Amino acid sequence: MGSPSLAPRRSRWGQAQRSWRQHWQLYLLVSVPLAYFVIFKYVPMTFNVIAFKDYSPVLGAWDSPWVGLRNFEQLFNNPVFGTLVTNTLILAFYLLLASFPVPILLALALNEVRNGWFRRTVQMVTYAPYFISTVVVVSITILLLSPRIGLVGDVDILGDPDYFRHVYVWTDVWQTAGYSAVIYLAALSGIDPALHEAAKIDGASRLQRIRNVDLPGIMPTAVIMLILGVGNMMAIGFEKAYLLQNNLNLAQSEIIPTYVYKTGLINADFSMATAVGLFNSVVNLVLLLTVNFVAKRITGNGLWR
Amino acid sequence: MTTLTQVMRLRRTRTAAPKVREPFSDRVFMIVVKLMLAILLALVVMPLIYIVASSFSSPAAVNSGQVKFWPVEFSIEAYQSVLTNAEVLRGYYNSLIYAIAGTLISVTLTVAIAYPLSRRTFYGRNVLMTLLIFTMLFSGGLIPTYMVVHDLGMLDTRWALLIPNAIGVWQVIIARTFFANSVPEELYEAAALDGASELRTLRSVVLPLSKPLLAVLALMYTIYQWNTYFDALVYLKDPDLYPLQIVLRNMLLLNTARTGAVDLAQQMHQLQLANVLKYALIVVSSLPVLIIYPFVARHFTKGVMVGAVKG
Repeated sequence: MGSPSLAPRRSRWGQAQRSWRQHWQLYLLVSVPLAYFVIFKYVPMTFNVIAFKDYSPVLGAWDSPWVGLRNFEQLFNNPVFGTLVTNTLILAFYLLLASFPVPILLALALNEVRNGWFRRTVQMVTYAPYFISTVVVVSITILLLSPRIGLVGDVDILGDPDYFRHVYVWTDVWQTAGYSAVIYLAALSGIDPALHEAAKIDGASRLQRIRNVDLPGIMPTAVIMLILGVGNMMAIGFEKAYLLQNNLNLAQSEIIPTYVYKTGLINADFSMATAVGLFNSVVNLVLLLTVNFVAKRITGNGLWR
Repeated sequence: MTTLTQVMRLRRTRTAAPKVREPFSDRVFMIVVKLMLAILLALVVMPLIYIVASSFSSPAAVNSGQVKFWPVEFSIEAYQSVLTNAEVLRGYYNSLIYAIAGTLISVTLTVAIAYPLSRRTFYGRNVLMTLLIFTMLFSGGLIPTYMVVHDLGMLDTRWALLIPNAIGVWQVIIARTFFANSVPEELYEAAALDGASELRTLRSVVLPLSKPLLAVLALMYTIYQWNTYFDALVYLKDPDLYPLQIVLRNMLLLNTARTGAVDLAQQMHQLQLANVLKYALIVVSSLPVLIIYPFVARHFTKGVMVGAVKG
């Protein structure tokens, strides 16, 4: 390292060269994974240009004719578009709202219980559904909610569009709450015990200690998790929404990712599907940056510096 | 012998240590907390018990909605027909291949990028890290990625499931943090003094110290491979290559379980069996993951925690 800040610009280049010469094997090691990221992450980003073209597989992405914003105009004028955006946003916000606090509550509660069989059991069991595949979770949901053989009696919950969001969100919480709680448990175990002792001596009740010691202690973690949650908001969803979908609940279950899959790969309208996907990615990025900005303003914690 | 009795005595005295009496309100609070956790536990477990109970019940009992949380008319017929179903067995076999090959590829590539990123002597590691993180924030999207996979000629080959999602950025962060924190700088200096090359240092010094990390990465990737169906749905058309999850989806959600029944009574029975088959299928397909889970849960938890510490 030395003192790079004092060295002139020229020697930084020299530094790089020395590093390449001395540690060339490290750079060799990185080359294959780096190629992976370029090919499978960055090249697809450039292929987004077909959102502005009339894509023809024969001509390829670069030689297909430009059409400007025509795909987007068509999309925004499509009566389906409003429903798509509403469905996606409502589902995403509902999911975030429900899946953010539950793991925190679970972790706080677990943290109060002394280490013993009860705590271990609750933790092990709530963690386990995370390992079950989406296909299986959806299958369990469908069997559980089926009117004749399930556990809920004679209501066709999955055939009613009004129930779709609740089913989607709460099965998600069921599957991931235990897993996410682990992160908060780690943060809780990092809190200085002296703070708890001091609060005890001051006569603070358990509830007061949770409010004044534990909650502030896990705040930075919670902020990061919230930002990451927003970052995933528009990205997730396809797998489960697509599997839970049926013709009866389509009014609320058709979301942007499922629409992209259907227009793009089933109806082979690549340009339109890419336009929808690009719209989705941009909305997601804007949301993420906004939340990161706000969180940094309020709490001082953000994804970067 | 003496040591054993000493230990016993120690234990007894520890449990007999004077208890600080908690205030009444705190004891009430604890009861509420434990009650809440018990309810939560029940909510998580109930669907699973229902599935297992149904899978061991007779087709008739399941179809008339009698089964709740205990098998009715105990039967293993569903399991017999699941475990002899050619489609299921092929799916199992394919998923096994994807899980093993995919894990090997993914762990190797993840270490290959995370290790240099953890080294202070690697020039440009911050730029590289930013490049990786950016892919978490903004992605090319479904169709453009499909086009790349198509152009590489990977459609309808096993590679389509092994390569396009081989490296997880989250896993790279976990691995990098692990390398940076668990290998003391002095060891690198010692290795350099002994004339070891970078690759030799990685192989002989770093990797032997990183077994817990390798276990976590392997587990994460194995589970990913075992559980995904989306890549297969998008990239595969050949049923011979279908992983278990696609087979499950076809049988569980699209109801394509075929029956070779001839007469009506047999057909009725087959129809009833088709439903119970689903329960058994769920159990059989989730079993491998749930069996290894308790053994590796602790490692996994550690991995999650490392990942939670800001990378």
